[in-house]
Amino acid sequence: MNDVSGEMIVGRGNKEGAGLFRTWFEELTQAAEQDRRAAYVFVMGSLTELLRVFDFPIVFPEINSLQTAVRRVAHEYLDEAEDYGYSPDICGYVKADVATQLRGGELPMGRIPKPSIAVYTNACNTYIKWAEIWERMYDVPTFVLDVPGTRAAGTQTWPGDPDFENDRRYVAAQIRELIVVCEKVSGIKFDIDRLRETMGHANTMSRGWKRVLELNQARPSLFNALSDGTIYLGVANGLRGSAVGAKYFTELVEELEYKRERGIGTLTDEQYRLLFVGVPCYPIFRRFTELFTELGGTFVNSTYLWFASGGANAGYEYDLGNPLDSLAEGLLISVRDAMDSMFYQTNILIQMIEQYEADGVVYHPIKSCRTVSTGLADNRRELMNERDIPSLFIESDMMDRRVVSEAQLKNRVDAFFEGLAARKDRAAAETA
Amino acid sequence: MTTYSEKLFPEWQGQPLEEILYWCREMVEDTDFPTVRRWREAGGKVVGHFQVYFPEEIVHAAGMLPFKVRGAPVDPTQADSRFGSYLCSILKTSLELVLSGRIELEMFVTHPICDAARNLAAVWGRNYSYPCQILYLPQNANSNHAATYLRDEYGRLKRAVETIAGREIGDDDLRASLSVFNENRALLRDLYAIKRDAPWLVSAADVYVLTAVGGLIQREEHNELLKAVLPLIEVREAKRQDRIRVVFEGGFCEQPPLDLIRAIGRSCYVVDDDLMIGLRWILEDVPTDGDPLLNLAQAYLETSSYSPVQHDLRKPKEKMLLKRIEDSGAQAAIVTAAKMCEPGLEEQVAYTRALDEANIPYFVSEFEENMTSFDHLEIQLETFVENLLFD
Repeated sequence: MNDVSGEMIVGRGNKEGAGLFRTWFEELTQAAEQDRRAAYVFVMGSLTELLRVFDFPIVFPEINSLQTAVRRVAHEYLDEAEDYGYSPDICGYVKADVATQLRGGELPMGRIPKPSIAVYTNACNTYIKWAEIWERMYDVPTFVLDVPGTRAAGTQTWPGDPDFENDRRYVAAQIRELIVVCEKVSGIKFDIDRLRETMGHANTMSRGWKRVLELNQARPSLFNALSDGTIYLGVANGLRGSAVGAKYFTELVEELEYKRERGIGTLTDEQYRLLFVGVPCYPIFRRFTELFTELGGTFVNSTYLWFASGGANAGYEYDLGNPLDSLAEGLLISVRDAMDSMFYQTNILIQMIEQYEADGVVYHPIKSCRTVSTGLADNRRELMNERDIPSLFIESDMMDRRVVSEAQLKNRVDAFFEGLAARKDRAAAETA
Repeated sequence: MTTYSEKLFPEWQGQPLEEILYWCREMVEDTDFPTVRRWREAGGKVVGHFQVYFPEEIVHAAGMLPFKVRGAPVDPTQADSRFGSYLCSILKTSLELVLSGRIELEMFVTHPICDAARNLAAVWGRNYSYPCQILYLPQNANSNHAATYLRDEYGRLKRAVETIAGREIGDDDLRASLSVFNENRALLRDLYAIKRDAPWLVSAADVYVLTAVGGLIQREEHNELLKAVLPLIEVREAKRQDRIRVVFEGGFCEQPPLDLIRAIGRSCYVVDDDLMIGLRWILEDVPTDGDPLLNLAQAYLETSSYSPVQHDLRKPKEKMLLKRIEDSGAQAAIVTAAKMCEPGLEEQVAYTRALDEANIPYFVSEFEENMTSFDHLEIQLETFVENLLFD
């Protein structure tokens, strides 16, 4: 452990995470001003470890869009995209980005450069439709790196299985094809040693991300998976494959281990340990979290931190001696894991309930995202059949404040906590 | 084992054209799916496959019935509790068909066509113990490795189908099925050629039911039906009327109610469309020599139509729509999308912008399979048509 005082170490992850974000956006703004072109990528399978080899500034449009909601200006962007022709019933992230492009890249946090290439997986189908918009706007190469997912619940295959190997060969072939495209677009020759370097940083970050999630099994929990976790997640995605990202996660693990050893939890007086399933309500992000923390609820883990990290929770570490094949295998396993935590969550949640000693599960399907939200009601039915655990099902949105009713949410959350309290009282009475 | 000689749809046999069309309409609109029930009563097994495209030949070669799951105009009373609020209707009504007992399956397959549909395998699988899976059709159609990958993905599907069927599927079985489906697609091309060249001979609604009924019966039977009907349509006595020629776009997944297609047909000649495009996805005969699964995979990628849910850099959707309009000699387009259909709604923007640039008139609308009132839409459409006719 570094020789730093507890005062310096506690809260460092949040503070430095925010600072790294500011720096990242300053660099993007500078790139835009210099008319440098960026690689546009998405959180589930960003391949930034490969794209950094070609010196692309990296733009994550999902992160930009959610930032407009957190900063309470998303409605301006949504309105602009809807005026352009997009339906109120499509993904809000897409619409905020369309408006961002129409505004020449202007965002509350800075300005993003135009794309020179878009690289994306099929972990979310909307990625594909989204990139088609840039293809039309800018006539730039768009590359879908198709990662086949799990075919049915519980049927994941692994190295050596013929079906896994078919998927791996497909992913590996596409990575090699992508490298050719990147060389052409960037004018930079592929350097496998640089790839090893960025993959090494990605390894440190994946290892760190997995450890960060594990450490929150501590009681009291060390961070709120909904609020603090989203800051960590931003760094995990935005700086993946970079030296500063690797340093951040090394230090974050250090901070959380320090807190665990000293029993330092979050600011919430932890009465109930909750799991979150879905995507946060960004239009009222802070308030949404407070609806739970004010009543003693902390989120100890979430499927969001799994799928939105592109499956980094699996902690896959690349074999740097065989970088390209290992990149294919890692991408396949990690992105597949991200998809599994959206579609086949039941066993994942059961495992979380046990490992994190959760008292309740909060489902938050949203209008904007059918990938995450379509099957949540059905998943809840199954989980309730499998485990005797209270759950809450609330719908709103990650972008569109028109479908966010704070009063209704509060009513539901309050009732949920009343149920949790009654259950706790009953349990106490039974053991007395 | 059910054989082709046992007709699933005997009602049309020996009937005049109008009666045949009547029975096709009855069959397509029957939400109890009697052909599937008949197949099962005869001991047959059924593989349900969700929209859009599915390599039905593999299921056919195993002696099972590939049933196109395309929703239905039913109330999703039980399915509603399995889904979120902001979803297209077809997703809910498709599950409702099995939850309500209208349809029984031995296997269900969906595809990663959209964010909602890819969830279906998980939802379905949580409610039924039979295999429910995703067939991962490649989303990178431009990779040199896509066909090889898809060939092996079809091989994986074949193994799963063999397990259900209780028998192996040999290459010769597949070749025989390819021949049946090649004939089917050729007959559908002939039907669409009539619709394009002489749309007064056959209405859009009639072409639709003649096509859609193919997803409910064995293809040999569908071929027999089409071979009987096409000559009757060609000699039909019908007057050419002064209607504008339109392309209908937006029916690639959820299907509009038949009454909506009828309503459009009252004021327009629909000379081409993307309704049930999965049944017509492959545009040329699939070679029957060599590796049949590889041939089928290559046909999916190389000699195929387009839809908003397949990404292929060689087939920008808006350019493909303009080509469809040009090839069919249409004067205008009806650009629709199913309510809450994200790919369809997103594509509408690209379509309408391309149509604006090409100076092609278009009518934009949304539909839902359960809608029952068309008066408002018909008035709007008539106004659109009148504007064109008297411009």
